[in-house]
Amino acid sequence: MPAIPAMPTVSDADRGERSVLPAAGALAVAVGVFGISFGVLAVAAGASVWQTSAMSLTVFAGGAQFAAVGVTAAGGAPVAGVAAGLLLNTRYAAFGLAVAPALGPLGLLRRLVAAHLLIDESAALALSQLGDPDNATARRRARLAFWATGLGVYLTWNLGTFLGAVAGGVLADPTALGLDAAFPAGFLALLAPQLRDRRGVAAAVMGGILAVATTPLLPPGVPVLVAALGAIAALRLPARAAPR
Amino acid sequence: MTWTSILALALGTYALKAAGPVLLRGRELPRPAGVAVGLLPAALLAALVATQTVVVGQTLVIDARLAGLAVAGVAVWRRAPLLFVVLAASATTALVRALSG
Repeated sequence: MPAIPAMPTVSDADRGERSVLPAAGALAVAVGVFGISFGVLAVAAGASVWQTSAMSLTVFAGGAQFAAVGVTAAGGAPVAGVAAGLLLNTRYAAFGLAVAPALGPLGLLRRLVAAHLLIDESAALALSQLGDPDNATARRRARLAFWATGLGVYLTWNLGTFLGAVAGGVLADPTALGLDAAFPAGFLALLAPQLRDRRGVAAAVMGGILAVATTPLLPPGVPVLVAALGAIAALRLPARAAPR
Repeated sequence: MTWTSILALALGTYALKAAGPVLLRGRELPRPAGVAVGLLPAALLAALVATQTVVVGQTLVIDARLAGLAVAGVAVWRRAPLLFVVLAASATTALVRALSG
C-alpha cells in the first residue's frame, strides 16, 4: 500500500471529529441489518423471540451469537455453542486493554457499561482515532467514537434482532446484498490511518499474515487474537520507544 | 439455545470485555506495554480485515468478498468516506455474486 503522507495535525483533528459520528452511524446501520438476519436465523433454529432478544441484549457480540446459534442449529450441544461463542470473543480482552486507557477515568457504573458496549465496531472506530498523535484531542475523539458506536450499534443490533425474530423469513440472505463484505471494508478504511509509518505497516502486515496462517489451525475468532499479539511480539520493539 | 447457555455466554463474554476496563481503571498501561498496545490497532484491524475477507469458519475461501475488498481498497486509497467504502464494497460483492450465479 502506498505511503499516505502525514496531514497537518490541526486539520486532522478537525476532520476527525466531524467524521466520527457519520462513521458510527454507518456501522450501526450495517450491524442493524445483520441483527435482523440474526433474529430470523435464531428463531428458525428453534429459539423463542424472547431468547433471541435476550441473547442480543445480554451477549451483544454478533459473531459469537451467530456461532452459538449455528452450532446448536447444526445439532451441537448447547455447551459447544457457548464454547464456540466464548472462543470467538477472547479478542475482546485484548480490545478492552487497548481501548480502556483512552476512555479515561470513569466511575464504576460507566466502566461497567462501557465494558458491555465493547464490540468490534466500537473498539475499531475508537482505536482508529488514536495513534499518532496520541494527544488529548485524539482521546476525546476516541471516547466519542466508542460511546457513539457502542450505543448506536446496541440500539440497531437489538432493534434488528427483535424485528428479525418477529418477522421470520422476510429478509433475504444478507450475503446476497454483499453485506458480509461491508465489515472488512469498514475495517480497512479504519486501518488506513494506522499505516502512516513503517511500524504501523509492519504491524498490519504481520497481523494479517498471522491471522490467515493460523486460521486452519485454531477455532474461529482465536486467529485474530493470536495475530494481534503475535504481530506485536514479533516486532520486538526497541527499548527506546519512538518519542510521542 | 437454552436459557442457561444464553446466561453462560453472556457472563463469559462480559468477563472478557470487562477485563481491560476493570483492570486498568482508566490508568495507562506501563510504558513498554503502551508502545506495544499503540501498535495493537494496526495489527488487530489488519487481522480483522484478513479473516473477514478470506475466511469462512476455519477454511480459507476466495469468494466475491475479495472483489468487494479490492474496490474498498481503491476507495480508501482515494480517501472516500467510510459510508461510501462500505456501500461500494457491498455492491461490488453482491454484483459479483449475482453474476457468478
